[in-house]
Amino acid sequence: MMIAAVCGVVSALCLVAACKREERGLRVDPPSSARVNSKTLSELRPGNVQPISAPNEFEQNAFAMNEGKRLYEWYNCVGCHAHGGGGIGPPLMDAKWIYGGAPEQIFATIVEGRPNGMPSFRGKIPDYQVWQLAAYVRSMSGQVSKDASPSRDDDMNVKKPEQSTEQQEPRGTGGVPKSAERPQ
Amino acid sequence: MSAPARSGMSAHARRLVRDALRACALACYALTTAACTGSQSILNPAGPNAGNVSRLWWLMFYVCAAVFLLVIAFLAAALARTRRRTNKLTDAPDTEPDAGRERRMRGVVTGAVVVTVIILFVFLVASFTTSRSLYALSDPNNLRIKVNGQQWWWQVEYENDVASQTFKTANEIHIPVGQTVTLRLTSSDVIHSFWVPNLGGKRDLIPGHETTLWLKADKAGTYRGQCAEYCGLQHAHMAFVVVAEPVEQFNAWMEAQRRPAAPPANAEQQRGQQVFLASPCVMCHTIRGTDAGASVAPDLTHLASRQTIAAGMLPNTRGHLGGWVSNSQELKPGNRMPPIPLAPEDLQALLSYLESLK
Repeated sequence: MMIAAVCGVVSALCLVAACKREERGLRVDPPSSARVNSKTLSELRPGNVQPISAPNEFEQNAFAMNEGKRLYEWYNCVGCHAHGGGGIGPPLMDAKWIYGGAPEQIFATIVEGRPNGMPSFRGKIPDYQVWQLAAYVRSMSGQVSKDASPSRDDDMNVKKPEQSTEQQEPRGTGGVPKSAERPQ
Repeated sequence: MSAPARSGMSAHARRLVRDALRACALACYALTTAACTGSQSILNPAGPNAGNVSRLWWLMFYVCAAVFLLVIAFLAAALARTRRRTNKLTDAPDTEPDAGRERRMRGVVTGAVVVTVIILFVFLVASFTTSRSLYALSDPNNLRIKVNGQQWWWQVEYENDVASQTFKTANEIHIPVGQTVTLRLTSSDVIHSFWVPNLGGKRDLIPGHETTLWLKADKAGTYRGQCAEYCGLQHAHMAFVVVAEPVEQFNAWMEAQRRPAAPPANAEQQRGQQVFLASPCVMCHTIRGTDAGASVAPDLTHLASRQTIAAGMLPNTRGHLGGWVSNSQELKPGNRMPPIPLAPEDLQALLSYLESLK
């Protein structure tokens, strides 16, 4: 009896987890999730790492992260960051973060922009797509669950698939980097 | 029941049967004529390619119909004969072969095989000559149009040796009547297939590979095309129109399409343009003559000149455009355009601007 109950609970949990992985949010619920990040945030920002407020649910969702991968090309993140190896912009496939590697730190980096090149996409990318991009960016250094991260590319593979990227310990988070210091 | 009543009933029944037959005939007529006319039908050819294909189709239809009727007639005859024979009540198995019957049978089978081979050979020759005729329009001097199939719309690029004379549009192909155009087909995601039943096709669009199709329209008109290879969620809503028009009209259209977008004519349109450039629209769309230059979504430079939006799905009206911008996922779930929540005044200004892009 006990075993049956445990089995039931376990399979129910598995099912729920699988649902999250496969869920396709085609009809995102406007306006909350489709909100365009047009609100100006406070000018005051602490220099250090911000505490994690909420986990990014898209990090368990294969569809959302694949959308993130597509948007990474569409919105021309490739132009500066290449396929994660970096170029004009810093590489994203290593675990070194200048402005923090937590989901909402990446969100803030995309929305607000960063000194010396990273443009602000405020008002240009709907919130839910920024979260999809943030989830994808974290999958590049293996920070998200393996079963949901994107597998091989649609076109020529230029790097290891996100799925087979080893998880790396994030480092270098926080502080204002040399490159972002105001000229004195 | 009295005799007059019975005859009345049977008259009523007869009338019912007659009415039912008449309704059936009418329905058949309506169905066949609906299939034979219309802007998306291989039976209403408007060009040489579609004409050849439809002739082949009719040949196959008549021959197959005759074969079908013959087979049914022989089947009926065989059933009637068997019934006559069983009336003799001979249950014993037929072990003694009848020499005369065997001979007749051999003759019938040989005849049927010969007729079948001849029919198939005629079909082979007919389809071979039809296929050859489809390539007869190839000519390096043709007008060249590049069609790029994408989930779930068609990018159309009019090519020219002079770079400034090329332009892009979407989901609407204009061609001059009486001139052959060469379509270079490719895809940037999955396999699609280009098909305008009234003019020609199908031809697959394959990612990383180019295929060619030649179209020629003999009659002016608007013909509907459709993706003919399952390509994902909104495959059924991946349509386009081909507008065949007289040469002068076509040249005028091409001249108009080459021009950059008209600048905003009033304050509201000006605000609309600002909304366009400051909202997510600018991340994917192009309006030539403005800063918007992204190429992953349809070129909107002359959006208002097109008949439909969303790849032939909706008529191009202000209402549909508004619904599409606000939340296209409700209209065409899974398409690549995100919902764009805008303040009502901003949305109205944007729509006024988009409607001015003639």
